[in-house]
Amino acid sequence: MVMGDLVDEVDVAVVGGGPGGYSAAFRCAELGLETVVIDADKRLGGACLFEGCIPSKALLHVAAVLSDAARAREFGVDFGEPRISLDPLRKWKQERVVGKLARGLAGVAKAKKVEVIGGRGVFEDSTTLRVERGDVLRKIRFKHAIVATGSRPSGLPGVTIDSERVMDSTAALELPEIPERLLVIGGGYIGLEMGTVYAALGSRVTLVEMTDGLLPGVDRDLVQPLQRRVDKIFAAIHLGTKVAAIREVGSEIEADLEGRGTERFDRVLVAVGRRAQSGGLGLEATRARLTERGGFIQVDDRCRTDDPRIYAVGDVTGEPMLAHRAMRQGKVVAEVLAGRPAAFDNVAIPAVVFTDPEIAWCGLNEAQAESQGVEAKVSKFQWAASGRAATIGRSDGLTKLVADARSGRLIGVGIVGPGAGELIAEATLAVETAALVEDVAATIHAHPTLSETLMEAAENLLG
Amino acid sequence: MPRQFALPDLGEGLTEAEIIAVLVREGDVIKEDAPLLEVETDKAQVEIPSPIAGRVEQIHVQPGQTVKVGAVLVTFSDDGAATRSAPAAAAAPRGAPARPAAPTPPASPAPAAGPVAATPATRRLARELGVDLKTVGGTGPGGRVLDGDVRAAAPTPRATPGATPPPAKPAAPAGTARPLASVGLETPPLPRFEQWGPVERAPLSHLRRTIAERMTLSATLIPHVTHFDRADITDLDAIITRNLEAARAKGVTLTLTGFILKAAALALRDHPQFNASLDPAAGELILKRYHHLGVAVATDRGLIVPVLRDVDQKPVLEIARELAALAQRVREGKAALEDLRGGTFTITNIGALGGTAAIPIINYPEVAILGVARARLEPVVRQGQIVPRLLLPLTLTFDHRVADGADGARFATEIVSRLEAPERLLWEW
Repeated sequence: MVMGDLVDEVDVAVVGGGPGGYSAAFRCAELGLETVVIDADKRLGGACLFEGCIPSKALLHVAAVLSDAARAREFGVDFGEPRISLDPLRKWKQERVVGKLARGLAGVAKAKKVEVIGGRGVFEDSTTLRVERGDVLRKIRFKHAIVATGSRPSGLPGVTIDSERVMDSTAALELPEIPERLLVIGGGYIGLEMGTVYAALGSRVTLVEMTDGLLPGVDRDLVQPLQRRVDKIFAAIHLGTKVAAIREVGSEIEADLEGRGTERFDRVLVAVGRRAQSGGLGLEATRARLTERGGFIQVDDRCRTDDPRIYAVGDVTGEPMLAHRAMRQGKVVAEVLAGRPAAFDNVAIPAVVFTDPEIAWCGLNEAQAESQGVEAKVSKFQWAASGRAATIGRSDGLTKLVADARSGRLIGVGIVGPGAGELIAEATLAVETAALVEDVAATIHAHPTLSETLMEAAENLLG
Repeated sequence: MPRQFALPDLGEGLTEAEIIAVLVREGDVIKEDAPLLEVETDKAQVEIPSPIAGRVEQIHVQPGQTVKVGAVLVTFSDDGAATRSAPAAAAAPRGAPARPAAPTPPASPAPAAGPVAATPATRRLARELGVDLKTVGGTGPGGRVLDGDVRAAAPTPRATPGATPPPAKPAAPAGTARPLASVGLETPPLPRFEQWGPVERAPLSHLRRTIAERMTLSATLIPHVTHFDRADITDLDAIITRNLEAARAKGVTLTLTGFILKAAALALRDHPQFNASLDPAAGELILKRYHHLGVAVATDRGLIVPVLRDVDQKPVLEIARELAALAQRVREGKAALEDLRGGTFTITNIGALGGTAAIPIINYPEVAILGVARARLEPVVRQGQIVPRLLLPLTLTFDHRVADGADGARFATEIVSRLEAPERLLWEW
């Protein structure tokens, strides 16, 4: 096909089929805009579904089953030693979890008449995208484009070497094997989640973190119960330690840990963060601009770039790189394009670390409140006093509320404990709707549930 | 402890009111529900009862002043008489939905740093109305900004169904002069008229301001088209004359307006796009499945448009009866807010004042208005003969965004044909 032969005209062209992209596309279609999605793999779901949130949660569920089974010995139930078969596990994750959800998204796209075009979308100018797929070229002229190209794992210079034994999170999720000795570089949520999975499956996990604590940036009192837990399940945790270099030596990887000498591993997982995929999109042919640090696409509160025809959502627009932030942004853009008064002005974006125990938070913590000039009052409720926590043998949790002392408004919540990721939903609603601590305290919470800890913490704050 | 009483939320769209009279004096000890103030909104003149029993410590407003919803009107001290301990929330004026808006806390907390406390839906409303939330003081719990706070801060009063239509005689000058709210167009500066002779400046009354703002909004926003027609009402007039006494025996004065209302409501059923509102943001026409017609009524204070409900479903006699009662309530300033809103189409009859035709401005957010001028006997050619017939000039003005000239002509013809063959009104409802 000769270039320029085929020019499609659409209202909205979405570049990238991840959560931000498909949320935007579906909502655009619902609002009557003719919409296409351009995705390199010609599928909807993106990193979240195929190499991130979903497969990692499937594996973490398996890890939780294993650790619950081990804990059951405490109350006199012994399942014996688990036998793990990787093939059925991979197949279950790939077909019953990821495949099923992918087919679901494809079905929704079909029902909403959103065409998914395979290929790499490159901007030629502010109204045209070139879709490259092999030697086939297709052009799409759009009224508006939404860039939702997401992020990819960052490499570590001198450490990320060309060896299948050195994996990023995407490769690690494929479960190539259960290595006997695994080095995890990075004590952020990806390193901790994947380390938890491999530890549960039987690997001896060594975790190395450059800063002096796990989950940098997260409240220490929330991290503490997790730290105690991973201290038990990981072979070693080296904080304040850098990996200077790694080498492949035969079927092993030799790693130089600064100040700790050299250690040998069977595999290495590099989990030092993710970075925006904003390059190679032809954005220089448009008026959209990137930030100097991080190369994020700059957007306003309508998710519009400096090019009035081009919008961007999700990881490519900056932190926090979370699928649900991208999804909300995607819906906002669709409404903006349909002429509705939408804006991405959310106050509370929940974040969840799906470790055991889980850590979740939303809104402001004490330090952030202080730096914003808000006089904050904090209340902590230890799960040792929760009936429900006792019945599941998990009294290691904590629920923490941060309130504006003057107005009594709830401005932030942090939770650590099993199910924190679900519990944070109520907290997010409360913060987003500007609820008072009194509102939470006066709302009836089912007994006995872990959600009562929010009510208890609120009551403590009221005094 | 002194309690402050603020102007309550007066209902959808109303953001301010003019103080007509203060019915208490400082130092008075009054009972709960005793008349406190008389205020006029662009909808009605209403009496505001006292939310609590107590001594009036301070009156913060005076007649002629225009106050926003939420402004403090009166401070009570609770010595002298027992006060109700619960917040006196049910102090909304007659006819307005009761809303918890009355006594405001002495001072809402100073705006805190960080995001404004408001629910996502309220934030959306603020964007819709072009209000910067940071500039709005919240009256909700913990200083939360409520929908009512946003509406009160909106730059242009939102027009609502049943709003005031064509200008009539000006109300008495009152209040202090303030700039009119604009709809986005800047008014060019005026020349210095003093250079050509002496001038005088008179502030606009509340009603006149409202009319000015509404008419500017409608005329600026809506591309108006007017279709002219005439109905031969010789037969209808004879029917009215013949049945005048019989109707009066039932306590009803038959008027031409009653028949026009009925004819218009029936025609609207067949032409729903004239019984609608345009939502340009959504790109949708909102078709109303009810036919509530507004009728312009002249009062001492100016023109007001009460609304008759479900006109298409009522016999003419009933319409005439309701219209007379409604007009009387309006003239006496006793109309409830409910009498004045929810209209879907307006009729304005300027026939009593003369003229041959007038082009009314649409009562936003409706999309059409019917102007009726004075019926006159005119020579008409019928079967080659010149005969005297009673002709009623009609002007249908409508929003060209929702209908075209041909639609307007067809709709007008439907009204005319019913007025010319009044027997149709007997069996259609």
